[in-house]
Amino acid sequence: MTDVFIPPALILIFGAFLLPLVGGWARKALTLALPLVTLAAIWTVGDGVQLTQSFLDYDLELVQGSNLSRLFATIFAIMAFAGGLFALNRDNVVEMTAAFAYAGSAIGVALAGDLITVFIFWELMAIGSTVVVWSARTPESARAAMRYALIHLFGGVVLMIGVVAYAQQTGSIDFVAMTPDSFATWAILVGFLINTGAPPLSAWLPDAYPEASWSGTVFLSAFTTKTAVYVLLVGFAGTELLIWLGLYMIFYGIIYALLENDIRRILAYSIINQVGFMVVGAGIGTEMAINGAAAHAFAHIIYKALLLMSAGSVMYMTGGKRKCTDVGGLFQSMPLTTVAGIIGALAISAFPLTSGFISKSMTNQAAFDEGMAFTWFCLLAASAGVFLHAGIKFPWFVFFQKDSGLRPKDPPWNMQAAMVFFSFLCIWLGVQPGPLYALLPFPTDYQPYTQAHVYEMLELLLYSGLAFFVLLKLMKRTLTITLDFDWLYRKLAVDGAVHATSAVCKFVDVFNTVKTKLVSLVITVATEHHNPRGVLARTTPAGVMTLWVLVLLCAYLVIYLFV
Amino acid sequence: MTKKPKQLHWLVRPKTIKGLWVGGIALLALVTWLGTTVHPHTKFGIEGTPTFYSWYGFVTCVGMVLFAKFVLGLVLTRKDTYYDD
Repeated sequence: MTDVFIPPALILIFGAFLLPLVGGWARKALTLALPLVTLAAIWTVGDGVQLTQSFLDYDLELVQGSNLSRLFATIFAIMAFAGGLFALNRDNVVEMTAAFAYAGSAIGVALAGDLITVFIFWELMAIGSTVVVWSARTPESARAAMRYALIHLFGGVVLMIGVVAYAQQTGSIDFVAMTPDSFATWAILVGFLINTGAPPLSAWLPDAYPEASWSGTVFLSAFTTKTAVYVLLVGFAGTELLIWLGLYMIFYGIIYALLENDIRRILAYSIINQVGFMVVGAGIGTEMAINGAAAHAFAHIIYKALLLMSAGSVMYMTGGKRKCTDVGGLFQSMPLTTVAGIIGALAISAFPLTSGFISKSMTNQAAFDEGMAFTWFCLLAASAGVFLHAGIKFPWFVFFQKDSGLRPKDPPWNMQAAMVFFSFLCIWLGVQPGPLYALLPFPTDYQPYTQAHVYEMLELLLYSGLAFFVLLKLMKRTLTITLDFDWLYRKLAVDGAVHATSAVCKFVDVFNTVKTKLVSLVITVATEHHNPRGVLARTTPAGVMTLWVLVLLCAYLVIYLFV
Repeated sequence: MTKKPKQLHWLVRPKTIKGLWVGGIALLALVTWLGTTVHPHTKFGIEGTPTFYSWYGFVTCVGMVLFAKFVLGLVLTRKDTYYDD
């Protein structure tokens, strides 16, 4: 082929840096066009390695196509488009540039054929997303961005160590299926898992994402965790450990979201919950499970962004209100935002006729087919729990509950259009799963709409709803947060450092006091004995010496004569 | 002269809320009944018993709320200004 092939990722990454150079309508047009051009480029990527580049002693496979990589790259590009549309009225070109560079880097990971290319785009994602968090330009977002960057740079270092060790060990940098049976592959797995929000370092996600701007969080929800799911599906499918980590993430997300008051932090915990389903799917590792995890990632990006768009719209239209305790009754003046939020909530809960129903059913079915009773019962309980913490809790406390008296209108047209677009996709993919099936890595004719399965899901979800309203008093929101693993580095380490500094300062004080006293003592003693009249310093007349010499000589004479 | 109370949105009027509760309970009864009319293939035994999905959904959710509120919440909940101080 003689045609010049531009990697789709680079279109979005370099295109992002054109945004600050143009203004007005040109910038808006570019914001909408760049993801679409990238999407078109993604669909020209065929199977196998498409572009290589020499780097040191290695041949980097910058672009490699497969069904799985195209699925993730496709949804990343669609997300960049909808996110750009939603943020079209936000006058912050730094955030938009960073967000597009971040999205482009995620596409770069999805289309990477070797571990070094994965690592390069992985780190670019960390930089882009950190700038997106920081772009809210509040003291809280600056601090959260710093903590976020530290965790992701740490994850990047672990990944780099793994990649170097892997290249040393195998002589290959190809990104293919691995098993965690050596230091190298363990380090790579840990590097990947940090970005999924797996324990123990889960807290970076609910710490940082809600501190971004109303538009920034929408972008953040999509890329980091889902690229991590993609690399797990390629590299570590079938690793049993992932099932246990995924189950932990699922219930961690539910329990913490139930206790949370910040609207977007509820949804951030819910991301970990949903990614948990995908990690379980990767751990099961069968064709059905991998299809389920990939489909769930696709569907999840859409409905989670939709939920955060509705939360962002509330924040935008109420002058920054972000706590459940500050809002309520908004359905009366924000009908479109309410409906979009409800559609997102139904989709995340896997309600029949929504996208989540298709994708989550596949993962659950994979556990069922493999006879994994414990996993299946946990996934079932978790499906009910998702309805509890996101499906009802989010719309109820934001749009209904006690009337806050606030009457904000629906947001500007572009924000509404983005919500309508994603609402449509949530329902369309739920009603017509065919196009999604066509994107999946393995051919499938899975039928989620059996009478039995629809009834089962309705029973599970509606009784979960009953539990919510029966226990509504316990669900009442309070002005609290729930401590997490980040307490160790936000509180314990900081307090420890403060106490250690104070202890060292006290020691230095005591040391200085003792030292001063000792020196004074030496000076006093020395002065006493060595002053001009002191015993050891005063001068003695020569006569006294002569007298003593005489005494000694006499003593000598006496001893000589008589002894 | 008494002040005329502000008209509530129809969705939050006590009458509507009562209707929603009645309708909701009827819907719950309906789906439970519908669930008993089909016989899915079972693998683990208990999931094939009638009304399983109804009580399982309710009980596990109550369990999660109680655990969140009275176990984790009691130990780990702090004021939301905790890290600002």
